[in-house]
Amino acid sequence: MDKICIENLTVRYSDGAESLKNINLSIPEKTITVIFGPAGGGKSTLLRTLNRLNDLGDVAELSGSVIMNGVNLLDRQTDVIGLRRKIGMVFSRPVTLPLTIFQNVSYGLEVAGERRKPVLQNAVESALKQAALWDEVYDRLQDPANALSGGQQQRLCIARTLALKPEVLMLDEPTSALDPLSTAKIEGLLMDLKNELTVILAPHNTQQAARLAEYAAFFLQGELVEEGDGTQMFMKPRKKKTQDYIMGRFG
Amino acid sequence: MKNPRPNSTIKLGEWLITFFIRAAGYVSILYVTLIILFLLREGLPAFKNVDLSSLFGEVWYPIEGYYSIWPLLFGSITVTIGAAVIAIPLGVGTAVFISELAPPWAKEILKPLVEVLAGLPSVVLGFFGILVLSPFLRQALNLPTGLTAFTGSLLLGWSAIPTIVSVAEDALNTVPRTYREGAQALGTTQWQTIWGVTVPAARSGIITAVMLGIGRVIGETMAVMMVTGNAPVLPEGLNAFFLPIRTMTATIASEMGEVAQGSIHYQVLFLVGIILFFLSLVINVVSFMVSSRRMKRTERLLS
Repeated sequence: MDKICIENLTVRYSDGAESLKNINLSIPEKTITVIFGPAGGGKSTLLRTLNRLNDLGDVAELSGSVIMNGVNLLDRQTDVIGLRRKIGMVFSRPVTLPLTIFQNVSYGLEVAGERRKPVLQNAVESALKQAALWDEVYDRLQDPANALSGGQQQRLCIARTLALKPEVLMLDEPTSALDPLSTAKIEGLLMDLKNELTVILAPHNTQQAARLAEYAAFFLQGELVEEGDGTQMFMKPRKKKTQDYIMGRFG
Repeated sequence: MKNPRPNSTIKLGEWLITFFIRAAGYVSILYVTLIILFLLREGLPAFKNVDLSSLFGEVWYPIEGYYSIWPLLFGSITVTIGAAVIAIPLGVGTAVFISELAPPWAKEILKPLVEVLAGLPSVVLGFFGILVLSPFLRQALNLPTGLTAFTGSLLLGWSAIPTIVSVAEDALNTVPRTYREGAQALGTTQWQTIWGVTVPAARSGIITAVMLGIGRVIGETMAVMMVTGNAPVLPEGLNAFFLPIRTMTATIASEMGEVAQGSIHYQVLFLVGIILFFLSLVINVVSFMVSSRRMKRTERLLS
C-alpha cells in the first residue's frame, strides 16, 4: 500500500544548487523508507518539498505532483500548516525551543489550538513514551529542554513531532550529531515507530541506510538512480552506480 | 634556513605594538574619568551656592535666581517617553518586517535606506519639524503653538527608529534558521513562529536596540531645541504634552553661551549636565544587565 506517490517531481533553486530532476517514487505505508546517496543528491530537497518547507526558500522551478490521501500536496490550495502537522519532520541538529521539556512537546498542539490541560498532559506523556524518553524525563518535565543531552534532545524533537499524531515522520540525518549509543536508541525507536506510521529517513551514512532500510531509494545528483526493496538494494543492487556507492568506490 | 630578522627586532616590535594598544586603552579611560571629574567639580558647588528650595522648586528663571531643575527634568522625561512610545513599536515592527516578512528585493532596498536615515543630522530633522510638522500640528490639533513636547516626541521618535530598526534587525538575523524551520515543521503559522520563537530568541538584541534608541533620544539636543518651544515651565494636567517645554539638553545648549564662567547659573547648568550623565549611565547599565543576562540564557540554549 503506497502512502505517498511522487510523480515527475522537478525542483530547481534559483542559485542552481541542489535540485531534483523528474523524480518518480512511491513511498510504502508503515515502512521505513530510506533515501540515501552522497551529499548534494537532493535528499533534503525531497523531504523539504514533501512538507512544503521549501516554500520559504527561493525555489525557481517546481513541477510535478506529490499525492497523499488523494490530494496533491504541491497544490496552491493545500493547507500548508495542516500538512506539516500530518507530515512531521526532524532535523539533523536537535532544535529544542527555548521552553521546558513539557512545553516543547505540547507546543505544536497548543499552537494548533488545544488548550485543555488534561488533553495536553496525556498527549505529552504518550508522545514521550512513544519516543522512549518518558523514563528519563518524567520527574523533570518542567526543566528547560536544553538541559537534556544531545541524544535526549533529538528524541524530544521526535516526541514533539509525534505529539501531533502525524501520518508520516521524516528524519533528515537525525543522528549525524549524536554518539553511537544515542544513535542506536533512535534507530531502535524508528523500528518500533514504523508499525504505527510511515517513516522516511535520510541517513547520513550508508551503514545506517543498510541497517534500517525496508524500502530504499538511491539519489545521485538530483536523480533517482534506483529504488526498491531495502535488503535487495544493499545485497544485490541492479544499477552499477548504486553498487559502486554502496561498496564505497565513490561518495 | 636562517631567520631574516633577528629575535630582538621581533621582540621590540611586539613590545611597541602592545605598548600602543595598551596606551590607547588607558588614555580613553583617563579621558572619561577626567570628564566626569570636571563635570563634578563645576557642577557640585551648585548644591552649596543655591538654596535647595530653589533647586527643587517649580520655576526655572535664572535671571532672578530661580533654578528649579524639575521643569527641565520633566521636559526631558516627557519627550523621551513620548518618543519611546512612538519609536519602539514602529522600530521593532519594521525590524521584524524587514527580517522576517519582506521579500528579498524589498529587504535589499529597505536595510540600506534605514541606515541612511540613521545618519540624518538632527538639525535637518529640526528644519523639517519647524517648517512642516509644527505648523501642521498647530492646525490639525487646533493648538496655540505647534512647538510642543508632542512635536519633539514625534521628531525624536522618528530619529530613534532607524537605530532601533538597524540593531534589532541584526539581532533577528542572527537567530539560526533551524529555529524557524523547527517551529514551522510543527505546523506553526508565520506569525506564531515570529512571536513564539524568533523574537524571544532575539530578545537581548532587541532590548539593546531599544535602549540605544532611547539613549539617542535623551541625548538629542538640536532638533528638540528647535521644535519644543523653549519654555522651561511645569505645565499641569494631561495636555502638558501639547504645550511647549524645554529639555535639559536644550537648556544647556541655549544658556551655556551666555553665562559668566564660575557663576551660580553656570554651576547649575553643569549640575543639569551631571543629572543627564547619570540618566544615560543608568539606561546603559540597565540595558547592559538585561542584555547580558539574556545573552547567557540564549547561549545556553544554543549550546
